[in-house]
Amino acid sequence: MADQFDLECRNVVKKFDDFTAVDDISLAIPKGSFFSILGPSGCGKTTLLRMLAGFQAPTSGDILIKGASVLGVPPNRRPVNMVFQHLALFPMMNVAENVAYGLKRRGVNKATIAQKVNETLARVGLPDSGPKQISQLSGGQKQRIAIARCLVLDPAVLLLDEPLGALDLKLREHMKVELKQLQHEIGTTFVYITHDQSEALVMSDQVAVMNAGRFEQVGAPQDLYYNPQTAFVAGFVGESNRWHGVVGGGNEHQVEINLAAGGKVVAKRDANAALKDGQAVDVFVRPEAIAIDGEGAVDNTLSAKVENVLFNGAASSLQVRETTTGHEMTVALPQTGAFASVKAGDNINLSWSFEQTRCFAASDSGATA
Amino acid sequence: MSNGTSVKGGGTFCFGLLLLAFPLLLWLFLLVVLPHIDLFLVSMRERISYGKYEFSLINYIEFFSEPLYWNTYVRTAVMSIFATFLTLVIGFPVSYYIAKFMRGKGKNVLFLMCLIPFWVSELVRTFGWMILLRESGVVSNFLQWSGIADGPVEMLYNDATIMVGLVYTSMLFMIVPLVSVLDSLDDSLIEAGYDLGGNGFTVTRDIVIPHAMPGIASGCIVVFMLTLGNYLTPNLLGGKDSLWFTEQIYTQFITRFNWESGSAFGFLLLVLSSLIVWVGLKLSKQTLSETVG
Amino acid sequence: MIPSIPQPKFYKGLYSGYITLFFIYLSAPLIVVGVFAFNDSLFPSMPWEGATLAWFFGTEGPYIGIFNDSKLLESIGVSAFVAFWVTVLSVTVGTCNAFLFERSQFPGKNLLYIVSLSPLVIPGVILGISILVFSNAIANGVEEAIGWDLEFLRPGLFLVIIGQFAFITTITTLVISARLRKFDISLEEAALNLGASRRAALWTVTIPFLKPALVGAGIVAFLMSFENFNTTLMLVGSDAPLTIAMFDRLKQGSTPVLNALSLLLMVVSGGLALLSVFVQRDKTS
Repeated sequence: MADQFDLECRNVVKKFDDFTAVDDISLAIPKGSFFSILGPSGCGKTTLLRMLAGFQAPTSGDILIKGASVLGVPPNRRPVNMVFQHLALFPMMNVAENVAYGLKRRGVNKATIAQKVNETLARVGLPDSGPKQISQLSGGQKQRIAIARCLVLDPAVLLLDEPLGALDLKLREHMKVELKQLQHEIGTTFVYITHDQSEALVMSDQVAVMNAGRFEQVGAPQDLYYNPQTAFVAGFVGESNRWHGVVGGGNEHQVEINLAAGGKVVAKRDANAALKDGQAVDVFVRPEAIAIDGEGAVDNTLSAKVENVLFNGAASSLQVRETTTGHEMTVALPQTGAFASVKAGDNINLSWSFEQTRCFAASDSGATA
Repeated sequence: MSNGTSVKGGGTFCFGLLLLAFPLLLWLFLLVVLPHIDLFLVSMRERISYGKYEFSLINYIEFFSEPLYWNTYVRTAVMSIFATFLTLVIGFPVSYYIAKFMRGKGKNVLFLMCLIPFWVSELVRTFGWMILLRESGVVSNFLQWSGIADGPVEMLYNDATIMVGLVYTSMLFMIVPLVSVLDSLDDSLIEAGYDLGGNGFTVTRDIVIPHAMPGIASGCIVVFMLTLGNYLTPNLLGGKDSLWFTEQIYTQFITRFNWESGSAFGFLLLVLSSLIVWVGLKLSKQTLSETVG
Repeated sequence: MIPSIPQPKFYKGLYSGYITLFFIYLSAPLIVVGVFAFNDSLFPSMPWEGATLAWFFGTEGPYIGIFNDSKLLESIGVSAFVAFWVTVLSVTVGTCNAFLFERSQFPGKNLLYIVSLSPLVIPGVILGISILVFSNAIANGVEEAIGWDLEFLRPGLFLVIIGQFAFITTITTLVISARLRKFDISLEEAALNLGASRRAALWTVTIPFLKPALVGAGIVAFLMSFENFNTTLMLVGSDAPLTIAMFDRLKQGSTPVLNALSLLLMVVSGGLALLSVFVQRDKTS
């Protein structure tokens, strides 16, 4: 059934002269989900979004909305609406006129427009702001009006182009929650692009990690975090300690890796990554997977000296230097406060299990988060 | 003002301010304010005999009772408004093209190409139109050569030609403010308009034009003012029958040496231009310092 | 609308065609003026009689070239003289005005600002006659009161300079103010902090920052003065600046020597215009 997907891309390619911005992307977004495309700037995510909205035509491939191809359909006739990066609220109109704009274009009668505008404003929590000028709104309010302006049209898909980028940190945190809630209530399919992994992880049902025009991995946030499939995803999503090394044996569950800087770690062998001895690999370990002076798993152990204590409440961590190799690592401090007394210069023992350790064939893409 | 004022102390500062304001005050009062007051006073008097003057409204009465003056006045105003309108209509798509269709280097080149003709004296430009349009001119010859016309065609000395010249000569002052204001229109506003279901017409009407309003107002004001006060173009392209009000002022001042009546005419032209500029500002909801400043 | 909005090819073609037509309209008069400078005919009109340089270098009448036409050459000199003084005066006063409007607060500032913009909306002819009438009134008053004949207040070059200065100063003020507004006052404070006196800070930091605007405003002032007609027409005495001299020739009907002169003017003013654009291009931002 085609129409269980609100939005589908089939082998979409976009080339600008010699440069391939979007390289053979296929995706299908189920009805009512919050879908994020996460990638560093320049990865082609904006181009992809603009193709969905109709501001750019794919070089090849097909885009389907509710099962029907929209190639050749101009942006003003596509059943998708977009929240622009800088919102693009019309400064020459007041709030109500902004929200009413699309309805007017459809020739809806005035009474209905007024009623729908009021409903929508109420839905985004700004019921009385109709007569206000755009310049009188705060950043978060503008955000909501930009969304209201699209929602009032009842789009099949709402496209959001990093709309939180311009907000300050506190407001951004707040808006993340609000957007997720809003999407949940109204049930419209959201396609959200961002370079901020926390936005993508917090809000989305599904996240596509995009790099150099291709999707590296598509999955639920937990999937991406705990089971990254490529070195890029492992490095880009969440914090990681990263080493370079060469495969030096192992069995069907484990890979032994000789690190470039010296020393050895044991990592999980992924079923789909057939690594041969002698192959160059990148190894990733999450800071929170490492136990300090701990018991439990001892697949990998090393001793290190604390260089810095980065206290940040629940997100506190240690910067340590491995005693033998001199490699720098970040280790999360347990939230229990058990290691509150650790200070710079202390020597500590670190250990973590092989299952928490990922390795991937070394790639050139150097992106790390 | 900066911290300098408090550092230097009130007395020195006041002196410095006065020193700085001195040229400004001289300029504005001696060359702008007082001359125009004097112009008004001269227009309100009548010459009785050599060196003797009396307060009188005769110059204005003469203006209103003589149809030639009156008609020329109205004609100049109407044609100036029309020329301003034409300049806007012709220049807007060009400005839009430069601001929104061109990118990077091509944009600068095209913009410069628009500007450069206007660094050349208006006289030279008008001369060019004369060579093109006169009976023995380029266009007339071309028409004969291509068989459209049988004999020489005189295209000078009519209102349409005056209009062509006026629009040509003021184009710069329309395009510069329009390009700069359209340049500042974020592309995403236009895209948002389309995304929400607008089309070329509605987006232009609801988004582009309201945004461009300050530029339109300032372009129109300057163009209107320049057209109204133009002397060269109507005189050279329109010939004897051009009936432009500045020519009447010139005639009163230089040919007939009737300064009183000339001053009245000048003052009336000033009133006309201020009035129409004021109405234009009110209609477009702009202010003078915003539009020209 | 914009490149990202798909449009039918037909409309795009139509639009490009319109732009092409516009540029033909823009350039046609200038091109013919230039081309006919080389026409071997007594009148700047068709038919084409073959090419000649006589209108530049000719010495024998009626083929007197521009470089041998003493009257026109003299009027170029007059115009240059006027333009020089207008430039010096208007840039100087414009700079003072810019500092006054951008840097200080005083009662009546807004009103004064509006008044100083007003020459832009006063037709040039009226500015000319009002200065003519006023200066004449002063001259007459002085003559009656103490018997001095202040010759310079009668129509002539002094009044032409004053008249052009009156409105060109508004333009230089706007150009220089715009640049001064971009100046980060903390740069000056940094100079003071590093031990410069106020005067030194001004000369070593602020004025160099303003330089592109000063040069640009100077070029604009020079060209506007050189090409001014309306105000000059009303104030001119016996020495005719170039525009007035050309206007008279044009009314009488002239040989293509005017084309030759115009071509030279185009080259020079076009060059100056480009120069002013490049000077004012802000390299820092």
